[in-house]
Amino acid sequence: MPKTPDTAIIQIARNTSGARIVLDHVTKSYANQPVAAVEDFSMTAEPGELIMFVGPSGCGKTTTMKMINRIIEPTSGSISIDGRDVLSLNPHELRRHIGYVIQQIGLFPHMTIAENIAVVPKLLGWSKNAIGDRIDELLTTVELNPRDFAHRYPKQLSGGQQQRVGVARALAADPPVMLMDEPFGATDPITREKLQAEFLRLQDSLGKTIIFVTHDFDEAVRLGDRIAVLSDRSQIEQFDTPANILASPANDYVASFIGHGAAIKRLTLIPVTDAVLGPVSESSGGPITVCDTDTLRDALDSLVLTGLAALTVVDEARRPIGSISVDRISAVLGADVATPTVQASRP
Amino acid sequence: MTGQATGDMAVSYSRQPSVRGRFFTAKRFVTPVLVVLVLGILLLWLSSLQLDSIERRTLNIDYIINRTREHLGLTIVASALVAVLAIPLGIALSRTRSKVVRGIVLGVANVGQATPAVGVIILLAIVWQTGYTTALMALVIYSFLPVLRNTLIGLQQVDESVRESARGMGMTPNQVLLHVELPLAVPVILAGLRTSLVFCVGVATIATFINAGGLGDMIVNGLKLQRYPVLITGAVLVACIALLIDWVAGIAEDLLRPRGT
Ligand SMILES: Nc1ncnc2c1ncn2[C@@H]1O[C@H](COP(=O)(O)OP(=O)(O)OP(=O)(O)O)[C@@H](O)[C@H]1O
Ligand SMILES: [Mg+2]
Repeated sequence: MPKTPDTAIIQIARNTSGARIVLDHVTKSYANQPVAAVEDFSMTAEPGELIMFVGPSGCGKTTTMKMINRIIEPTSGSISIDGRDVLSLNPHELRRHIGYVIQQIGLFPHMTIAENIAVVPKLLGWSKNAIGDRIDELLTTVELNPRDFAHRYPKQLSGGQQQRVGVARALAADPPVMLMDEPFGATDPITREKLQAEFLRLQDSLGKTIIFVTHDFDEAVRLGDRIAVLSDRSQIEQFDTPANILASPANDYVASFIGHGAAIKRLTLIPVTDAVLGPVSESSGGPITVCDTDTLRDALDSLVLTGLAALTVVDEARRPIGSISVDRISAVLGADVATPTVQASRP
Repeated sequence: MTGQATGDMAVSYSRQPSVRGRFFTAKRFVTPVLVVLVLGILLLWLSSLQLDSIERRTLNIDYIINRTREHLGLTIVASALVAVLAIPLGIALSRTRSKVVRGIVLGVANVGQATPAVGVIILLAIVWQTGYTTALMALVIYSFLPVLRNTLIGLQQVDESVRESARGMGMTPNQVLLHVELPLAVPVILAGLRTSLVFCVGVATIATFINAGGLGDMIVNGLKLQRYPVLITGAVLVACIALLIDWVAGIAEDLLRPRGT
């Protein structure tokens, strides 16, 4: 059981909705490895930000992330959370206030789902009642019925359900910081999309500072507030919002990482209402309409599907408010292409 | 996601989780039934014989009960000692990073097991003394390895991701050991103890060579005096005890295995 934790940790813990994480010239060299796994890495994550690390396998994403909760000790450099140097804090105390989800999930097979979630609250000395309430609350949050699932063992859950429990367990003590290493890696595309959507909704209400590792660029675009595109030795090639990275990749490495279809990917980030809508009369009508909460990607989808020149855009009450066409979609992209030269140089 | 999706997922699993499956299966009762059968046949056979005075001195209930008690006493005390000594040593070994230390300890334990038990027991009697304590010591040496090795393996086989998530959640190394590694190692450690127990039942028969009693007395006397009913009774009893102990240990394994695994 913890003795009196340092006041620094208490202060970090008190701030349950997002802390500032600063990595400053952090380097990690593994023993008997000629090159560093992470070299001179500096980054600041603002409170409540969801930051995605993307990069090819072996580029050092995991290593960088694990230095924040000291699962891996940096060789040099400093890391701070809300201004407090993590390297000077008791690592066990520290980790109890940083949610941690690993790719292999790592649920404890000999504990029920409830017991798994209760681990950190127990370590922190919460009362039985508080823990019980929290378990119910969290299972409900991740869309698992507590009555059905609390007393099951991990083996009795599907992969996607286990991932959810992994996230719930990491959230148990309401930590200000979450580290997530490909948390949805082991699921099929459909489950994955569902988990991503749930996760986004969750983050909207929680506002944690999250470092999220993935090698799936689309996942990064979909979830991230900002994306750090990493290359070997965890070198930051570009660190910006998804829209900016898609609109103007910093270099060929980033461009090749985005892959084909950057324009389409960008459309998923832009709501229909960002386009200059045409008059309702431009559309020939018909049963297929675009909702004003849809993205331009959805609008394009419907346009291609129907083969019509324009479709009607309707508001929540299904009243027509305008029309959208391929030209008008293109116009949106054209307007916020910051550096058309880079765009043009790509195949 | 909607509540309905959760409902859908729930149907493919039973509502009442029973990871352990059925406890009382037909297989469970094979051993005791077999033992009762064999003992019954032995009794029938013995009662059909005309026993001479030598045979009557050993083939009576008091004598047999005393020998059996000695035998079981040796076995159980030795196994308990092994558990108390080998499990902590195994835990300590699993904590050391040094492959050399681990290799040396396992090597020594291996020598203890590889040396013929008769050799160990007689050697000990020569350099030390005869009697119960020596026999106990020989048994402990002989059956040390399975428990030591299984403790080590049991702890090492714990999934690295489970260990890492325990660490990442802020458990201290001792908490990881106590709450995660040891519970998950229990089945493997128990399997080692079970092997050890069965070893002990067999090897305890040679305690007779250094006057430490046990059912070995019947077997050796039966051989020496050419009284086969005595020999056979001793041998059958040892076999039955081994079977029964293995059976009980099997049940214990099932009961103590952590739920959910
Ligand atoms: N314990 C270790 N000892 C030595 N080298 C290591 C160790 N762990 C990782 N590395 C090396 O450090 C580099 C970065 O590894 P890391 O696990 O951070 O990559 P990653 O970006 O997370 O890759 P992936 O997408 O495959 O998970 C790799 O080249 C790897 O071989
Ligand atoms: Mg990784």
